[in-house]
Amino acid sequence: MSTLAGGAADWIWLAILLPFAGFLVNGALAFLRPQSRRLVSVVGVGSVAAAFAVGVAVFLAVLGAHPVEPYVRTLWSWIPVGDLRVDAALQVDQLSVVMLLVVTGVSSLIHVFSVGYMHDDPGYARYFAYLNLFVAFMLVLVLGASYPVMFIGWEGVGLCSYLLIGFWFEEKEKADAGLKAFLVNRIGDFGFLVAMFLIFSHLGSLDFRDVFARAPQALATGGGTVTAIALFLFMGCVGKSAQIPLYVWLPDAMAGPTPVSALIHAATMVTAGVYLVARSNILFAMSPVASAVVAGVGALTALFAATIGLKQWDIKKVLAYSTVSQLGYMFIGVGAGAYAAGIFHLVTHAFFKALLFLGAGSVIHVMHRAYHHTHGHADAQDMRNMGGLAAYMPWTSRVMWVATLAIAGIPPLAGFFSKDEILGAAFARGLAGERFYLLVWVVGLVGAFLTAFYMARLMLYTFHGPNRTGDAERAHLAEAPWVMTWPLVVLAALTVLGGALNLPHVETLHHWLEPLTARSAALQTTLEPAAGTEIALMTLAALIGAGGIWLATRVLKPEALQTPERAPRETGFAKLLLEKYRVDEIYSAVVVRPLIWFARTVLWRGVDAAVIDTAGVNGSAALARGFGWIGSRLQSGQVGTYVVFFVIGAIAVLAALLR
Amino acid sequence: MLLGPSLAVSAILFSLGVVGVLLRRNAIVIFMCIELMLNAVNLTFVALSQQLGLDGQVFVFFVMTIAAAEAAVGLAIVIAVYRHRDTVNLQNINLLRG
Amino acid sequence: MTLVVFWAFAAIAIGSAFLCITRRSPVASALWLVNTLFCLAALYVLLDAHFIAAAQVLVYAGAIMVLFLFVIMLLNLGHADPSDMKGPWGRVVAGVAGLVLVSELVVLRLAGPPGDLRLPPGTVAGTVAARGAVRAVAQPLFEGYLVPFEITSLLLLAAIVGAVVLAKRRL
Repeated sequence: MSTLAGGAADWIWLAILLPFAGFLVNGALAFLRPQSRRLVSVVGVGSVAAAFAVGVAVFLAVLGAHPVEPYVRTLWSWIPVGDLRVDAALQVDQLSVVMLLVVTGVSSLIHVFSVGYMHDDPGYARYFAYLNLFVAFMLVLVLGASYPVMFIGWEGVGLCSYLLIGFWFEEKEKADAGLKAFLVNRIGDFGFLVAMFLIFSHLGSLDFRDVFARAPQALATGGGTVTAIALFLFMGCVGKSAQIPLYVWLPDAMAGPTPVSALIHAATMVTAGVYLVARSNILFAMSPVASAVVAGVGALTALFAATIGLKQWDIKKVLAYSTVSQLGYMFIGVGAGAYAAGIFHLVTHAFFKALLFLGAGSVIHVMHRAYHHTHGHADAQDMRNMGGLAAYMPWTSRVMWVATLAIAGIPPLAGFFSKDEILGAAFARGLAGERFYLLVWVVGLVGAFLTAFYMARLMLYTFHGPNRTGDAERAHLAEAPWVMTWPLVVLAALTVLGGALNLPHVETLHHWLEPLTARSAALQTTLEPAAGTEIALMTLAALIGAGGIWLATRVLKPEALQTPERAPRETGFAKLLLEKYRVDEIYSAVVVRPLIWFARTVLWRGVDAAVIDTAGVNGSAALARGFGWIGSRLQSGQVGTYVVFFVIGAIAVLAALLR
Repeated sequence: MLLGPSLAVSAILFSLGVVGVLLRRNAIVIFMCIELMLNAVNLTFVALSQQLGLDGQVFVFFVMTIAAAEAAVGLAIVIAVYRHRDTVNLQNINLLRG
Repeated sequence: MTLVVFWAFAAIAIGSAFLCITRRSPVASALWLVNTLFCLAALYVLLDAHFIAAAQVLVYAGAIMVLFLFVIMLLNLGHADPSDMKGPWGRVVAGVAGLVLVSELVVLRLAGPPGDLRLPPGTVAGTVAARGAVRAVAQPLFEGYLVPFEITSLLLLAAIVGAVVLAKRRL
């Protein structure tokens, strides 16, 4: 038995309560005194920082106790119905503690950044209220001890995502983006629910402890049931973590404030899908088909999104597609059975992607300020309006280069180790006989090359070359406020050092997570590649990353860029990439419009108006009127008729009495 | 010994009375059929009193009294109705119509 | 012998009743009813209810039916009116109801009075012979059923008052 009881782990619920209390206070302030910025900032940042402190305490407890079994802290009995027993319980184990630290830590930095970024926004208190609520729900998601509790968090972060994407809801586009995110997520959530039903009906429980203990005995490895469960769970991941075909909400989600994009759509919410697969690793390990699907979808998404990122002009859209692509890599990792590698990339990606988004946020903030001074109306997010900003924003430029090198996979930064480990796992699995994973590996390598290329492109167009912002604006370009810049520095430091979490052969994180992944590892066949092969693979990955950056500097000419008004129209394949393969248009034509037609014509006119209104409501009224008419005919006033009925009734009663 | 046949006759007379009530439209004739029914019941009482004691005959006595009172009042009502509607045909007496 | 007489009078009673309900003219119906009442009185005699038989003739046939005829004549309703009988559907309903009722009553009659309540045959006849017809009825009437007797007198008073009030032209 673990020795976590009675220690800091018992207070784990504080980590959720503190941000939630922050939400309540900030929410009240949003109604009462929206202008009290200082109080809102203190409550907003303080509650999440306090949650981080709780996380550190719990982490130290787990570090000291080395538990073999997860520790479940039950708070109250939630659903005791028949055979179903679900408690409001939180689970403290190695995986949830890692997620707890990442979520609260990165959240704290982003909250600090938001103090500067959202300073002039009238909805300041509302923003922090929503952000705190998001952190609370995200923690429910990662700390939950059963699928339903996790699902509460799952839905809750979806809600907060909707609220925050549509934060500036007065603009219809932004409100629509929030709605799109919520609706597309709902499709995935359906899969999650079906998976839960299957799990309960076959395994009799929804608690993680019970499910993962019973699954190997109750279900046939590689059988249809466990494959179905895993695939439906993955369907939820496809929605929440923006994989093909449900990724379409994430680029639109860039309509929200940039810190929101950094927190929710880079570091935390979208990684919930990866966490789900890692948590349910035994189920995925028992179904090679589902794992292959996960890895395949991840690889395809990684490549597909990277290609789109090559041609986007909006700086946030590039980063959005980059996120989709990197999430694909995480799924390659967990699909190939390297759950620790997937989580490792999740952590490093949280660092450098948050850094990239916050850096982009700084850039956008500065651009907006410049345009504000000159009353210009150009798009502050279009890279064609930027250029040469390194001269004006040195710190931002430096930290973003750190992040770019990390995401491109240049050693010794964190991204190199995590991406390499994922690709190595795929390669090893391919070597062991499952040829499909070799294809995954190749696709991953191509994607890595493209990643390096488009990230370098982003840096070149934004920070280097001549400045295209305009002469009047240039006077106002300067570094972002220090409150916005120092979180970037912290994240940059984490990006540099983060690789130490799971260095090859030392594999700290892998060993840390071993109590949770050991059973799955036993089910897999991997060949440890020879030491020489490993070094070759690492070198190959590094070369690909460097090559991508080099090619970008060679091929792309920032000097030749024109501002959007004067830019030539795109043609051919470039146009297709810019229009993101017109996927949204395809969805609209194939799915959305037929659905609306169906709803309007069949369901509204057909079912609602004709069947329910006419036949149902009016029909039953007519029926009642008919019966009433018949009844009224009985009231003829003819005593003779009454007598007849009277006598017939008496005869009938007599007959009944005779029985 | 006469009990069985008496009860049979009584049953037939009672049914005839019911048929008459259902068959006729004239209020007074319906009344007469009701009197027929009462007499059938009287016959039952008397027949059973042969077996069970003289209480049956006492009962018949009361029934006759009540029938007399009822006939008086009922015919007074018929007269009153005739004065208002100029008919005793039940079809035309339909002020109770709902 | 008694049985023959019984059935003779019973047949006449039933026939008269049938004719009563089927004649169109109310006067004819009334007269046939009188005939039925007479036959019933004869049956009462055969059943050792002499006093009741006399009362039947005096009260029922002699007073009540006369009252009926008075009212018929008063209101000049003696004519046979075609609309006095119900239409074909009505006749069917009446006929069916009558048949059903008869069968129910026959079923009912098949169960006779409970055995332990029966008196030895000839008891009533003996009482009547011993005390006289009137006294045989009067004794239980004034001894056991005195209260109903008195209440009945009140009832008759109410009926008289009611009949007078209802039939008056102006109150």
